Amino acid sequence: MLNRRQFALGIAAVAGASGAIKGAAAQTGPIRVGFLTVNSGALAAGGRQLEEGIKLFLKQRDNKIGGRPVELIIADTAGQPANTRTKAQELIERNNVHVIIGPLAAFEALAINDYIQQVGIPTISDSAAAEDLTQRKLNPWFVRAVSSSAQPAHALADYAAKTLKYKKIAIVADDFAFGHEISAGFQRVFEENGGKVLQKLWSPLNVADYGSYITQIDRSADAVLANFAGANGLRFIKQYNEYGLSGTIPLLGHMTTIDEGILKNMGDEAKGVVSTGWYSAAIDTPANKEFVTACRAEYKADPGYYTLGAYLSGMFLEEAVKKVNGNVEDKTALMKALRNIDLKDTPAGPIKIDEYGNPTMNIYIRKVETVDGRLMNKVIHTYPSVSQFWTYDPKTFLQSPVYAREWAVKG
Amino acid sequence: MSIGFWLLQSLNALALGGLLFLLSSGFSLIFGLMRVANLSHGAYFMLGAYVGLSVLQAGFGFIEAILAAGVVIAVLGGLIERFLLRRLANRTLAQVLVTLGLAFAIADICLMLWSGDPMQLPAPRWLSQPIRAFGFVFPGYRVFVVEVSIVVAILLWLLIERTKLGAMVRASVDDIQMARGVGIPAQKLFSFIFCLGAALAGMGGVLGGPILSVYPGLDGEMLPLALVVVILGGIGSIGGAFVGAYITGFVYTFGQTLLPAFSYVILFLPMIVVLAFRPSGLFGKSAP
Repeated sequence: MLNRRQFALGIAAVAGASGAIKGAAAQTGPIRVGFLTVNSGALAAGGRQLEEGIKLFLKQRDNKIGGRPVELIIADTAGQPANTRTKAQELIERNNVHVIIGPLAAFEALAINDYIQQVGIPTISDSAAAEDLTQRKLNPWFVRAVSSSAQPAHALADYAAKTLKYKKIAIVADDFAFGHEISAGFQRVFEENGGKVLQKLWSPLNVADYGSYITQIDRSADAVLANFAGANGLRFIKQYNEYGLSGTIPLLGHMTTIDEGILKNMGDEAKGVVSTGWYSAAIDTPANKEFVTACRAEYKADPGYYTLGAYLSGMFLEEAVKKVNGNVEDKTALMKALRNIDLKDTPAGPIKIDEYGNPTMNIYIRKVETVDGRLMNKVIHTYPSVSQFWTYDPKTFLQSPVYAREWAVKG
Repeated sequence: MSIGFWLLQSLNALALGGLLFLLSSGFSLIFGLMRVANLSHGAYFMLGAYVGLSVLQAGFGFIEAILAAGVVIAVLGGLIERFLLRRLANRTLAQVLVTLGLAFAIADICLMLWSGDPMQLPAPRWLSQPIRAFGFVFPGYRVFVVEVSIVVAILLWLLIERTKLGAMVRASVDDIQMARGVGIPAQKLFSFIFCLGAALAGMGGVLGGPILSVYPGLDGEMLPLALVVVILGGIGSIGGAFVGAYITGFVYTFGQTLLPAFSYVILFLPMIVVLAFRPSGLFGKSAP
């Protein structure tokens, strides 16, 4: 007997098949792009920047990709996994989208990972960074336009140990998968290079006050690494300053701790923070300057993680659509093209998708300075073509469990 | 762990307690008097912070921002009380749903007006300097928050315990029927207390801003804390809210520090223990 789940899947499969037939009949119609984002709640700021990124991309191309008009269908998941699943299903079955861009959060992406695999719909992740999406839970229908969680953290650890010559680091991080993954990735490379992580303080995502964590920081640390997402970086750095630590112990951060999206609302306390990421609005290349100028003109703000994540997803799609000569109805061919993206000149530098669906891309070490009268993440060092596996062999890397809260160096 | 560690953590606990008192004193008064569990109280707190932020950005000072937020949220609270809650008197479930719906509506309006970007609400320079004493560094602003909360507590206590208005409030909390019977204008009292409670939440939002920042979701983070404080301290009691707020501040701060894996459990533990032995809270009057 069919249980409810199998029954629902059966319906989904039938609906998917009929969608494919309809699609084939309408080859000259628009390319329908389903865009999963968040318009309400705590993640709404990131969601808005995602939307801005894709809209700018389409506007610059008169709403056409590969000669075909684009119909962008935006769906608000409210940042809730169950909702994301429903919205994805709606986009696929009712709107007959050819491709999905999104969703924002990793737990949302994990919630639809099985579904997009069953239905077979090309999905470009413009934000979700969870390691296993391109590692131990491989999905042939998934490709990521942003780095994996720990990809920039490996590079920062290398820089902290070799260039900054730090020996002892204290980590404060959001107590959820993203925070665990970047912290563990950092710890692994840092300790393999002779450093020592003195302590790891995990603060709940919605902690009211960082005071009690800052008080616990081991004052003998050479630097503090702060791994935060959303509003938390802004809050933490401010309180770090309030406790008089800013001038005393240098602060390191992940890309999202001090992303352009929140940097614009920060003050002098952010100056000097060294962070790592796959992008900075201050990258000095013609491609990036053009992109930043366009963003400033359109939205009066510097682009950051989300804006470029969505914009890159657009670039991925454009490249793949050209490869399949506009025939997005052939989902298998489109997906194959997406998994073989090799862009030489994006605002973030060259990007090549590895065989697991994750981009090999430059990782930038940035330092907050005042540039053009505003705070920017000035690039102080570039690690070219960094893989999600850092310098490790992918096979060995994948044999160890995914980076987690409790991660200790073995051997 | 050094003396400095305990001192600093205690100050953190006191500052958080002070904020929680500002947030929950209004909640407690409203619930005690009107039996309305105002679930939009966290949203008042956040909206107050946003209003204060806009006042600051318009070039006014910090004190003006606090006052403006108090007035705006009081007026909003007054309107909500007059046009929504008054029609739902004695219908608990309807009140809960309406105030919860209002909380969502306020949150979405904040998102529209102030975008979703997390913002800093800067404390004035004269308050935000670190205080260096006995070889330790104390964040000056937190000391200020503690002072303000104590002053507000004293003022509220005087209002409730030492004025005629306060006597009417206490009488109505104890027995609303009897209070009406002896000619206390209960309806006017309700409106006043609701505005006062809303204003306290709004001003608390501005005062909390420099510590917490302002961002979507702040409302949902503060509301459960207010509930814990009020249930712990006893409903309708200013003294209870004060003690409950500081207990919660200490439990939250030290719980996170000493037993980080159990920080949420520890937050609710005192509440459960108190409820088990004193179902009406530490300072609440037992149900008739």
